[in-house]
Amino acid sequence: MEKKPAEPESVDRRSFLAGAATGAAVMLAKQASVAVAQETAPTQARAEPSVQAGKAPGRPASDYMVDVFKSLGMEYMFSMCASSFMGLHESILNYAGNKSPQAIACTHEEISVAMANGYAKIDGKPVLVCAHSTVGAQHATMALFDAYADRVPVYMVLGNTNDAANRDGEVFWVHSAQDPCALVRDITKWDDNPASITHFAESAVRAYKIAMTPPMGPVALVVDDHMQDEQVPADLRVPRVAVPTPPAGDSGAVAEIAKLLVAAENPVLIADRAARTPEGLTLMIELAETLQAGVVDSGHRLNFPTRHPLRGGAPAQADVVLALEHGDISNVARQARQRNAKVLSISSTHLFQRSNYQDVMRYAEVDMAVAADAEATLPALIEEIKRQTTDARREAFRQRGAKVAETNRSTYERARTDATYGWDASPVSTARLSMELWAQLKNEDWSYVTGWVNWPLRLWNFDKHYQYIGRAGAEGVGYYAPASVGAALANKKHGRISVSIQPDGDMMVAPGALWTAARHQIPLLIVMQNNRAYHQEVMWFQREALLRNRSLELAHTGFGLGDPNIDFAKMAQSMGVAASGPITDPKDLAGAIRRGLQVVKNGEPYLIDVVTQPR
Amino acid sequence: MTANALIAAALRRRIVVKSFLAATALLYALTNVALAQSSKSTRPSAANGKTVFMRVGCYTCHGTVGQGGAGTRLAPNTMPLAAMQVWVRGGTPGWSIARGMPAFPTTVISDSELADVQAYLAGLPPPPKPDDIALLRP
Repeated sequence: MEKKPAEPESVDRRSFLAGAATGAAVMLAKQASVAVAQETAPTQARAEPSVQAGKAPGRPASDYMVDVFKSLGMEYMFSMCASSFMGLHESILNYAGNKSPQAIACTHEEISVAMANGYAKIDGKPVLVCAHSTVGAQHATMALFDAYADRVPVYMVLGNTNDAANRDGEVFWVHSAQDPCALVRDITKWDDNPASITHFAESAVRAYKIAMTPPMGPVALVVDDHMQDEQVPADLRVPRVAVPTPPAGDSGAVAEIAKLLVAAENPVLIADRAARTPEGLTLMIELAETLQAGVVDSGHRLNFPTRHPLRGGAPAQADVVLALEHGDISNVARQARQRNAKVLSISSTHLFQRSNYQDVMRYAEVDMAVAADAEATLPALIEEIKRQTTDARREAFRQRGAKVAETNRSTYERARTDATYGWDASPVSTARLSMELWAQLKNEDWSYVTGWVNWPLRLWNFDKHYQYIGRAGAEGVGYYAPASVGAALANKKHGRISVSIQPDGDMMVAPGALWTAARHQIPLLIVMQNNRAYHQEVMWFQREALLRNRSLELAHTGFGLGDPNIDFAKMAQSMGVAASGPITDPKDLAGAIRRGLQVVKNGEPYLIDVVTQPR
Repeated sequence: MTANALIAAALRRRIVVKSFLAATALLYALTNVALAQSSKSTRPSAANGKTVFMRVGCYTCHGTVGQGGAGTRLAPNTMPLAAMQVWVRGGTPGWSIARGMPAFPTTVISDSELADVQAYLAGLPPPPKPDDIALLRP
């Protein structure tokens, strides 16, 4: 079938040309540093049968796979090594010279995926994650779920021996699956198990497009281990990728939302994952300032600067609430309905949901739902608001903004006062810990790569998108340590100082992330929030026992992380990470942070073990 | 638990005193409890209150110096003992396994222990003002 030249839709369906036999002017795809933009296909290209793998002289198919990943801008491969993707791994090292992608050694697949999650939230795009199809995917699943619930593009490749005739022994059998992606299908946007190298290339590019289209999310691709070793023509072409522009709200809906917002006396904006990019943060500021409306940032991204005068607001008192890429707003909607207020939703999640895992949240009875990416919709919405705003409304906005700013000042003052309580306590208060850090960070180019401790958001000045990456999307324990290492790797090329306040229970799930940080010289200051317990569960146990009128004497049995206390400094040191602590006196913090920052500035990780208050 | 409450509890549970010796022992024990409580009711022990605060697990929500956390702040401006008893014995109205302050029965923390806890919290010094802490200045 003839294809029209340079037609984007046709590109994905175009098969690859089988080397010189076609006689066509095939353009070589070995463009190591070229990311997404690629050459236009030759005009006379035709749909050809797939390459007959192993029949033509050439090179290992895994070299070609690396070219495909290069074309997608994959800078790293995070993996715990495994035989099922050995061909690919070998090609990355010996064909690509361990560059773009560079192999990063991980000690657990959950670490690989969580690192990729943190990396993508800083860099805005995925890295390659490779894992065994059965045991590797099983390890990876919780971290994958975190990424899925958090709308983060993670690109996972699963090595598998598809052809049973090629399974050379018992281990190959237990490490192979009939449908490897079945395990992760509920928590990925898309997956495939390509049957040929042509199929692989097209699916690899398609997977990237799907992962990067809002609502973003993880994808999984199987690569057969024997396919990696097949010979393919040296000039096999890499398909071009055109990532779709994010869907923006239609003009009618945008005009209606603008009308309601302009007319509102007390509108409130709720943003959860609205700012996908730095531009999203800028647009959120412009929207809020145009309306002089308060912004409630739900905290899965930095949607609004923490010290901006318009940060804050009370949805329960609003007459119009605009929720942008929001989480659970069912209560907001229910309360709004009772007082005849309007709730409007703009979210790409209206476009895509899976059924099994319940991150869909409770149904919210909103007045208007726009199935679109919020960030992509904001420019038109802001323009429409400006167009509809009269001078009289502008004056009303100004007065409203002054009230929001006054509330914001009170909130900040309250946070300062709250921080004084327990200031000199031992164990160290998390407020003191946060402010000791801030004192030495505020004049640096920094990035807070964990979001568990809330004090920084209350008291630090976050005004750059990369300074905050939110929490674990599915609240899976074991996310923070590896995600912060991945985020720190993404920050490294920018020379930023990455800092995490690391929960102890979370660290114990995936401590191997420390070794990866040391092995690959990933600068990250890790400050332990060591409360020596799975503290949330301790509190739950207390309620459970008291509901039954029973004893609390064993409240730390199964929930505590003391007896023996864990020496996180020694743990870090054992894996090559310089460390100090445990610190119990807050007066010792400043010196330890100073020493740690010096190490981090020299390009290495550093851990400070701080024994803290429970919260 | 007060001596009267102990007696009432014993009667409710139909404790049968099978011998004169046992009855004497019970009387002796109750007398001691009453005496101890009488002494404590006038002089609660802040030191013991701190021990109880940690042992019972009050600190898990309220912090080791009552500064607050998952639970509300308890110090300074500690509530009077009578108010604390209402909260501790009844919990937050509608509390559940998922949220709210649970109700603590006397089997977990006795009245005298609660008085000690109140004394511990009430005796904690107030924190500095934010402007007096260099790290908290804007």
